[in-house]
Formats: sequence, structure tokens, C-alpha cells
Amino acid sequence: MMMRTVLKDSMKPVISIQHLSTAYGKHTIHQDLSLDVYQGEVMAIVGGSGSGKTTLMRHILALQKPVAGHIYLFGTELFTANQISLQACRLQTGVLFQHGALFSTLSVMQNVAYPLREYTDYSATTVNELAMLKLQLVGLSPQAAHQMPSELSGGMIKRAALARALALDPQILFLDEPTSGLDPHSAGAFDELIIELKSVMDLTVFMVTHDLDTLWQIADRVTFLGHGRVLACATMAELGQSEHSEVRAYFAGPRGRAAQQAYKVEAG
Amino acid sequence: MKTACVEYDYAEHRLSCSGEWTTAHLVELERNLIEHLPLAAAEVDIDGSTISAFDTVGAWMVKKIIANLQAHNVLVRVGGFSTPQLDLIELVSIDQVLAKPEVERFLPALGRTVVDQFEESLAFISFIGEMVIIGLCAFTKLNKLDWSNGIYVIEKTGARALPIVGLLSFLIGVVLTYQMGVQLQTYGANIFIVDLLGLAIFREFAPLLTAIIVAGRSGAAFTAEVGIMKIREEIDALKIMGLVPLETIVFPRIWGLIWSIPLLTVWADLFGMLGGMLMSDAMLGVSHHDFIQHAKHAVSLSSFVIGIGKAPVFAGIIASVGCFQGLRVTGSAESIGAQTTKSVVMAIFLIIVADAGFSILLSYFDI
Repeated sequence: MMMRTVLKDSMKPVISIQHLSTAYGKHTIHQDLSLDVYQGEVMAIVGGSGSGKTTLMRHILALQKPVAGHIYLFGTELFTANQISLQACRLQTGVLFQHGALFSTLSVMQNVAYPLREYTDYSATTVNELAMLKLQLVGLSPQAAHQMPSELSGGMIKRAALARALALDPQILFLDEPTSGLDPHSAGAFDELIIELKSVMDLTVFMVTHDLDTLWQIADRVTFLGHGRVLACATMAELGQSEHSEVRAYFAGPRGRAAQQAYKVEAG
Repeated sequence: MKTACVEYDYAEHRLSCSGEWTTAHLVELERNLIEHLPLAAAEVDIDGSTISAFDTVGAWMVKKIIANLQAHNVLVRVGGFSTPQLDLIELVSIDQVLAKPEVERFLPALGRTVVDQFEESLAFISFIGEMVIIGLCAFTKLNKLDWSNGIYVIEKTGARALPIVGLLSFLIGVVLTYQMGVQLQTYGANIFIVDLLGLAIFREFAPLLTAIIVAGRSGAAFTAEVGIMKIREEIDALKIMGLVPLETIVFPRIWGLIWSIPLLTVWADLFGMLGGMLMSDAMLGVSHHDFIQHAKHAVSLSSFVIGIGKAPVFAGIIASVGCFQGLRVTGSAESIGAQTTKSVVMAIFLIIVADAGFSILLSYFDI
């Protein structure tokens, strides 16, 4: 953790959210929310249902405009940026949507090859080879390459979608509930995959999750959202001892304790 | 210097890599990689110390260079890469071979299409059978049926279609009068336009036109609605509740259409005759009064009844084809498009076949 404080002082955040406010009609989602994410860390966003986790991610991806506030991605303000600089930011981000969002009319390989074909000048053969490389990185067999998304299992959809998110070697990877709908074994394997890829590809990971095991396994820092703002932002171990009753209730429940025990046994 | 480069030093047998070895900057190098490689050398040191940025494509490229050199019996040593870079090079593989996708040959494809079509026809026949049984069963529990769904279908497919059906039949009336009027004028038989219009519009044009509009409008909507329900597992949810999806989803649509298409046909009759009447006045000098007076004798009740009689048959075709194709949707968004197209084509095809059947049948019985 020492490392991290040093990093914070010396480095600029890759994502910087400042005084963000959002509302759907009269219903307030975020109120004066500020958060920084630094290069190379795994930041997890947690919070009860309806606390605006996914909305926050949609703001950072510039899919949705907030009522007030600024978001800087690599130093570019997203909501005043012109199309060209916004495009440049987008090429540095990869997103794994909750349900994969694979294009249903394209095969797995075509899905992964799609951004490469659109944004690079490699020949068709090379694009295919690079797509196969990405499939290998996420642990999909070459046999899966020609399958259509509708023929894949839940775990394979997540992996294929991850391969597509990584197609252009982004700097930031966004994960929306990466392990939801996976069996415990696949979920664990997927966590490990993300840790491995994060370290070799030098990724910054921003994820929204409910999975306590995932949080213990891979999150460097965890941000707890509630009442429209950041209630706590710390490591998992620290959050367990949080002053805030809501945060403690989230992590100190039977599931939270079980996950913590399991993690301690594994780590120790 | 941003673009990825390799330079070969002949004296020291060193291949130095420089620039950004990333997805965006490796395009040039990848294109003419072989030209840059010292394939004839006995041994080569690959030096990565001046690489400024590195990603998976960079690592893949290094692997390729090594593989190419080794294939030419060159002794390769790698140096100057950082540990994370070496890890990445270690991780990527270049021998992930893509199997050729299976391309179906002509004959097997033809055979499969024939079998599929045959299977689909059988499925459609059994679907019709099921619908008939459900329809008969419905009579035994009339008080338990939810009629509101059907009323809603009548509103959507009937009431909302009034403007378009009215406008199009009006125009058909105008066009028919114009085309036939020219012929009649040469014989001075202007008033007989009423007889011709009465026969053509009441017997053929109104029911056929209405059915085709509804097939395009509501048949397609049925397929898309039912298709989405199938994808979202709503159909399965009905099944496990012990309900029959055909009864709750398909049946209201069929009986709704059986009401709305005949009513729309009457509407189309009126507007078709109205168009004809206006055109007769303008072109043939048949006044509205004369037109209506003559129509009383010229338009037989049988033409009207035959036209209306065909309508429920067309309704049955449209609704059952629409729902049937909707239930055959599988998984993807593409499949909804394909089934909707099929639904409209199949419905219009069957409508015209049925209309031809009616003509043959009626002429056989001399009506």
C-alpha cells in the first residue's frame, strides 16, 4: 500500500471525476461526486442496487451526459471535447458489457477482428491472425473462433467480449459485472485471467461488481457509492473496518465474512 | 520517431528494434517484414532496448521475427527487453492456426434446404391443427377467456389501419376507373363503369388489397413481437406456468384479425367506390346521382358477400403465419429479421394462392 501512496503523489490520474451530479427527472443519482483512478490500479465500484454504479460508468464512457461536473479521461474533458479527441480517448478504452454485447450477426472471430479492421491498416490475413492472438490471450480455443455468439456458453461470451474489448490494446479496461451469471469455477478463472492480463498488458481496470470474491481477489481499491456520493474509497481490508454503518453492513454480512475468510485462507 | 522500425547492423549481427511497437504503429513494418530481416546471417541478436512502447501486437511481432529467423536456421538471441515485455512475448502465441470455416457445398446445401422446407411445412400444418383444436376448446370455456387481448389486437390492426386502407383503396378506385373508362368511352358505354367497378372492387380488389396491407403491417409486427417474446424466454415462462403459449399469444391475434380484416374490407369497398365515383364524374360525365342509382342494380349482394367471405380466410392466414414464424425465431437479432421477411412473403403468397382457389371454386359452382 506504500507503493500506492507514492504513486498517487507522483502521477496524474487517468480518470478524474470532479463534482459530478446526475439526475433522472427528479430522482437524483449522483450528487457532487468526485473520484480519481490512477494508472495501473484496479478500481472497483460497489454499492446497493440503484446507487448509480452503471450510470457512473456510462458517464466515463461518454455514453450519457451528467447534469453538472467534469470527467477527465487521460486529461481530456469528455463533455466539452470535440469528436476527434473523444475518439482518441475511446480508442484507449475497452469495455466488457454485462451481457457481452457481442454482435449477434458476426462470428466470435469477426467480432474481435471488427475494431482492428475499422481502425488499423493491417491486411485481412494479419487482422485474422491478430484476432486469433486475442482469443488465445483470453483462453478461447481456435475451435470457438467460427462460432456465433448465440452458440456460446455464458463464460465463453464473457471471454469473447473481453477479447474484443482488448482488440486495440487499450490502456483502460472497463468491466461491468464481469462475473455475473458465471458459475463459481468460471468466475474464479475469469478473475485470474483479468489479473494476468492486467499485469502483462499494463492495464488500468475500472469495474462495477457485486461479487465479493472478485473484490477480494483483484481490486486494489474499492469505492463504495451511496446516497449519490462516495461513502468510502479504500482497500477491501480497510472497508471491513469502516466507520460508516452502511459500508460495514455491506461487507460484514455473512457473505462478506465468508469471502474474507476464504481469501485469508487462500492468501495465508 | 513513432513508427516501429528494425535496423540491422551487419558488423555486430544486431537487429535493433526502435519506435512504438504498438497496434497503431506496426502496420508498415508488418507489411514488409521479410525484407528487413537478415535471413542469411548465421546468428542475430535482437535488441529491444530502444523500444518506447510495447503491446500485445508488438510482442506478437517479435515472436514472428524470431520464428522467421529460426525457420532460416539463424541462431537468435534476445536482449534489451524489460521483464514485462519478455512476459508478454512469452504469453502470446503465433501458432494459433485458424481452421477453415466449413463451407457447405452446393448439393448438400440444396438437400438441406429441401429438408428444412419440408420440415417447416410439416410444422406449419401441425401448428394449424393445434390452433383448430385450441379454437374448438375455446368454445367450452368462453367465460374464462381473456377477451381484452383480442380487442386490443382489433384496435391495433383494424382501427389504426383505417387511414392507410381508405387512402389506398380510394386511389385504386381512381386508377381502375381511369383505365377502364378509356375503353368504355370508345363504345359510349360510360355508365357501365359502375358494373365493372362493383365487380372488381367488391369481389377482388378490396379484400386482396386489405389483406396485403395488413400482412405487411400487422403480420410483420406479430412475428417481431412473438419473436422477441421467444428470445426473452417469455414463451417458456408461460409454458412452465402450465399455460399453452398458442392459446394466450396466438389465439387472440387470430381472432382479433378475423374481426378486423372483414371490417377493413367493407371500409375499402366504400372508399374504392368513392374514388371510382369521383373519377367517373370527372372523366366520363357520370354524375354522382346516376352512379348511385345505377349501383343499386349493378352491384350484387353476392359480390359483396364473396368479398367479405374471403376476408376471414385471409385473416387466418396472416395471423397464423405471423405467429408461426415468430415462434421459429432463434437466439439472434438476425433471426428476427429473417423470420419477419419470411412471414410477410409467405403470408402474401398464401393469400394470393387462396384467392386463386376461391376464384376456381366459385366459377365451378357458378356463383
